[in-house]
Amino acid sequence: MNELINLKDQLRIIPLEHYVFLCIILFSIGVMGVLLRRNMIIVFLSIELMLNSINLLAVTFSVYHNDASGQAFVFFVMVVAAAEVAVGLAMLVLIFRNIKSVDINALNHLKW
Amino acid sequence: MTEILFYSLSIIAIATSLLMIFHKNAMYSVLFLLACFFSIAGLFVMLNAQFLAVVHIIVYAGAIMVLFLYVIMFLNMSTPITIRKSKLVMFAAVLTGLMMAFLLVVSVWQTQAFGQHPEIVDQNIGLAKTLGKVLFNEYLIPFELTSILFISSMVGVVIFNKKEVEDE
Repeated sequence: MNELINLKDQLRIIPLEHYVFLCIILFSIGVMGVLLRRNMIIVFLSIELMLNSINLLAVTFSVYHNDASGQAFVFFVMVVAAAEVAVGLAMLVLIFRNIKSVDINALNHLKW
Repeated sequence: MTEILFYSLSIIAIATSLLMIFHKNAMYSVLFLLACFFSIAGLFVMLNAQFLAVVHIIVYAGAIMVLFLYVIMFLNMSTPITIRKSKLVMFAAVLTGLMMAFLLVVSVWQTQAFGQHPEIVDQNIGLAKTLGKVLFNEYLIPFELTSILFISSMVGVVIFNKKEVEDE
């Protein structure tokens, strides 16, 4: 039990690069999701995934550099994500009422 | 022990996020992303950021994902929607993601700046007490501004839906 909590040993076991690689992979999966899917809800979910990978990166660096400011920034990122999701889903409902679809390819009036 | 925990949590996070992207049903995608968020919260706990782990679960699993599920059920669109039709666009999207990951990994691999570990590790940096002090001393003004952000987004959402009612 004590091994789990002892942070200094844990930092020695897992190098910082592995956290960074995990965050890079999650962020790239999010980018892939935004480009790949047509469903607007999945696009929103991919954006959430990207925000989360950045949160994990900020927490990792704040722990490895002994600075609590990084975790305060993560708090603000969560707040902005919550507000963004509220507004975005309201817009999505509005779009669905107008064009009866959540396909982003249906929104092509500005294309030509 | 710590290593096994870290690598299993990261494999769960990557696998569930991949499933989230490629699953055809939006409802299952939301549930897979929920599993991914829980594993990220587990990584927060491993980094000794307990406060952020709890806030992460409350905000994302408790509020945002429920909102997504509610919208999916409300719009009655749990019917499967296909991935992009064109194979070329699909290939280009996957290639873009892979190239971005490759570029970032290579650039991190070449960097030596953050390689060394800190000598002294502050154990209670992620606790609610420390973080509350930071949040209410150094970041008091941004913290207050977030309340304005929330109010404005709330008003925006209400106005969006009010207009629709008046039009009908």
